[in-house]
Amino acid sequence: MTTQTTTTPTGAAPGTRVAGRPPKKRSTAVDRAPWILVGPFLALFLLTFVLPIIVAIGQSFTTVTRAGLFGEQGVTTGFAWFENYRIALEDGNFVASIWRMLLFGVVQVPVMIVAATVLALLLESASARWPGFFRATFFMPYGIPGVIATILWSFLYVPGLSPIIDLTETLFGFTPDFLGAGTVLWSIANIVTWTYAGYNMLIIVAQLKAIPPEMYEAARVDGAGPWRTAWSIQLPLIRPALVLTTVFSIIGTLQLFAEPQLLMTVSPAIDSQFTPNLSAYTTAFAYNDYNVAAAQSVLIALVAFALSFLFLRLTNRSSR
Amino acid sequence: MTSATVSTAPRRTDVPDVPAPREGRSGRRPASTILVTGILVVVAIYFLVPVYWVVVAASKTTDDLFGTNGFWFGNTFALFDNLGAVLTYGGGVFVRWFANSVLYAGVGGLIATYLAAAGGYALAKYRFRGRNLIFGLVLGGVLVPGTATALPLFLLFSQLGLANTYWSVLIPSLVSPFGFFLCRIYADATVDSSLVEAARIDGAGELRIFHTLGLRIMTPALVTVFLFQIVGIWNNYFLPLVMLSDQDLYPITLGLNNWNSQTDRLPEFYELTTGGVLLSVIPLAVAMIVLQRFWRGGLTEGAVKA
Repeated sequence: MTTQTTTTPTGAAPGTRVAGRPPKKRSTAVDRAPWILVGPFLALFLLTFVLPIIVAIGQSFTTVTRAGLFGEQGVTTGFAWFENYRIALEDGNFVASIWRMLLFGVVQVPVMIVAATVLALLLESASARWPGFFRATFFMPYGIPGVIATILWSFLYVPGLSPIIDLTETLFGFTPDFLGAGTVLWSIANIVTWTYAGYNMLIIVAQLKAIPPEMYEAARVDGAGPWRTAWSIQLPLIRPALVLTTVFSIIGTLQLFAEPQLLMTVSPAIDSQFTPNLSAYTTAFAYNDYNVAAAQSVLIALVAFALSFLFLRLTNRSSR
Repeated sequence: MTSATVSTAPRRTDVPDVPAPREGRSGRRPASTILVTGILVVVAIYFLVPVYWVVVAASKTTDDLFGTNGFWFGNTFALFDNLGAVLTYGGGVFVRWFANSVLYAGVGGLIATYLAAAGGYALAKYRFRGRNLIFGLVLGGVLVPGTATALPLFLLFSQLGLANTYWSVLIPSLVSPFGFFLCRIYADATVDSSLVEAARIDGAGELRIFHTLGLRIMTPALVTVFLFQIVGIWNNYFLPLVMLSDQDLYPITLGLNNWNSQTDRLPEFYELTTGGVLLSVIPLAVAMIVLQRFWRGGLTEGAVKA
């Protein structure tokens, strides 16, 4: 299905129907067409992805020295080698924020993916009533922006406003602190799981639906029950979906920003360097140090890349 | 991510909500039906509680909000007063934020889908130099965290004088590497090269072939790309936060955050925030529930290759 595309002369034979276009010209039209088609996308991709990355890398190796108290006597820029990276990595709070996100990811990502898988399997099992209603309900939070989801949940976290705290006080007589130093990370994990579990579930459901019915038939003939079918047939066959959702969740974890930034106003346990992204944002806009912020951005992207790559390698090896 | 064939891609068993032929597998004992459905109900409550809470909260006065049980309506039913306040506060700025979000997501989603379709089609249906380089580059783009590019993009746009304009949010929204990736796979699997060749022999120009033939065949994938892009833009927070300082340009996420951050000093903003959240959640929740079936396939069409 690929060979005919560039071989042009075949079309020249019924010359009358080519509407007076000589074969030579047509060949250049075919040569030109892909560039006309891909051109606009490519130009915008270069402007909004490639160029910013080059700028960020360039900035991260640059140092800006301001002469005079407010830089009024001129600004000089120079090549800084790894100075900005050294500053970023020697900043204990920034490094701590990366570790915090790793801890967050190690707990939240598996919990969410397992929950999404279980929900998908339950929805696709013959035992579930009203699967359409449940699927829609579970998926609904994906359409709610992280900012709004955080505002929603923060109302349920804040003492005095939260009916959940009222409820546990009257029922069990204890007051949970959702916004304390030890708990706020998991309160954020709850918001993220609430938002994305249904979305991941839908991806897994889509892959479950692609399993040919004959497979189930064969399993049934072999006497496999629902547990055995789930373990030996469904789970292995939805592997690609699981790998994909996990990689996207890892990348998402390192980007965490809106949730902690919004909760900052109600939780004193969140500082301006709680997550790596918040750190970079603070460095850029509160300290106006774009160079160190660029180095931090590059480091975040590198960690995300490394973790995704590592995970893909691990899953690839175990499948062989 | 090798380029194995994706023969499964176009298969769409569009029979929603029927638990497949497996239903006849056995009568299914009622006990397991009750257990499974019970679990699903509990999970559904978890997903619905915050939304339910905001419906209740939006109907309360600030006094009731703090004085009465959060899970039930207060002494006075102030829903319409609150919503009226949301719509009129600050000269109707909430309506403006909503319109901005519609503009960013609608225009961005449409153009991004068209560009991704054209690019993906070009890569799938033509052999040309640089083709693999482009594909590799874009594939890398799928994995780059969106927030990693926002900061340098701001520096870039500041120098171009674009920061703090509609363009600063709109231009980055026009590019969807994921959409490009999906369109390429889909065009590869569904747009038949002999059909393209036949159209050529009939004298159709290359662009016309794409617009009349390619776009039509690729429609199912385009719907998925469009929906993903709309949700992505609508939910985006970091990019507009970095780019915009003028409140009149804010999308709804930034606007509501602005109100929410004032609640600790001015309690009347609680009414505005809960009312605003309710007004912005309802259209989204309805859209998600109605459009949910279009997400089917979506990402997994690419994932089949992984």
